[in-house]
Amino acid sequence: MIDKRVATLADAVAGISDGATVLIGGFGDSGVPVELVHALLDQGARDLTVVTNNAGAGESDVAALIRERRVRTVVCSYPRSMGSIWFEELWRAGEIGLELVPQGTLSERMRAAGAGLGGFFTPTGADTLLAEGKEVRTIGGRPHVFEHPLPGDVALVKAHRADRWGNLVYRKAARNYGPTMATAAALTVVQVEELVELGDLDPEAVVTPGIFVDRVVEVAAS
Amino acid sequence: MIRPLSDVAVARRVARDIPDGAYVNLGIGMPILVGDVVGPDKEIVYHSENGILGMGPAPAPGEEDRELINAGKQPVTLLPGGCYFHHTDAFVMMRGGHIDISVLGAFQVSETGDLANWITDLATMPPAVGGAMDLAVGAKRVLVMTTHTTRDGRPKLLPRCSYPLTAAGVVDRVYTDLAVLDVGPAGFVVREMAPGLTRTELQSVTAARLGFPDDVGELDPH
Repeated sequence: MIDKRVATLADAVAGISDGATVLIGGFGDSGVPVELVHALLDQGARDLTVVTNNAGAGESDVAALIRERRVRTVVCSYPRSMGSIWFEELWRAGEIGLELVPQGTLSERMRAAGAGLGGFFTPTGADTLLAEGKEVRTIGGRPHVFEHPLPGDVALVKAHRADRWGNLVYRKAARNYGPTMATAAALTVVQVEELVELGDLDPEAVVTPGIFVDRVVEVAAS
Repeated sequence: MIRPLSDVAVARRVARDIPDGAYVNLGIGMPILVGDVVGPDKEIVYHSENGILGMGPAPAPGEEDRELINAGKQPVTLLPGGCYFHHTDAFVMMRGGHIDISVLGAFQVSETGDLANWITDLATMPPAVGGAMDLAVGAKRVLVMTTHTTRDGRPKLLPRCSYPLTAAGVVDRVYTDLAVLDVGPAGFVVREMAPGLTRTELQSVTAARLGFPDDVGELDPH
């Protein structure tokens, strides 16, 4: 029998090791797996590489991981959101690394990892600082930059509903990075607002097939 | 005396160039205003890079949903016919040339259509790029909406950008508070100018050499 449900948030993040690359879903406040990130904080893994769109804001979730000096490097597209005080403070002090990646390239690098591709050439970033040191090839008369796949050891994702096979549906724009990150990690952990019985999700509407998911945990909507 | 147009008047001028049925992405900042002034006679589908097509205006107070936000992380609504999709697809739409028009802000634009709109200060703030580079390379038409000069009066339209580029050779048309200019093979070509402004005055606040055809139109200051 396939049962990817776990009972607690602690079970959901069990086994994440020091030095892991953790993909964390969300865009701004939307779709962030806040409770899973707090469980990771309690779990204690450190020296993490965190891949996420923003570098956290305020004192919650990703910002809290950074504040507690658990993150060695952030890979993201926009670390300077309103209230990203902890990232900015540690960055200025030279205590945290930043790999800045254009947003579409960030997502596509994870897609490539999930799809088993060795990378891709993109026009995004050509002739800019973010292409420095990268292979550039002219394709169709236009410069394209080679980008490597970006796999995770773990992905932490928020979805709306799941069944015990790990099939997922999302809610509104909270979907953002979730479906791509779910494909790109060795261990994909998902928090959902509601667990439902097998067969209760409309198969035409499943966004992430359960094959990409390893653990699901129910967390009531806050 | 130089009398610049208001931001809303510039937005109205941009809106005139957006045809009925267009798929449009409005950048953060001044470009957002365009959405407020497009007339109800046109059906425009707005794209938001976090995964929305058919984005509507801000919700009524109390109706905000934090899982329905725009790229600037402000609450928005979904119009009938609108839909959600994941981040990778959002950038497939952008990078893949499916978006008809991208309206972007700018720090600088060069006479060859180079755009600089993501960073001015590499030393003291962490760099942040978001989707700017993807938007600049992918849309069928890239329109820039900006003030003609910086707040302290320095030209933004230059022979070459001095700030780090967002993308090279991508800008099709620039709308400022003083003029509408196309980027042509021989540099900037002035199409319309603010009422009362002379060619000499416009050239004096522009570092790039301007081309003036015989039939330069007059901008509506309202």
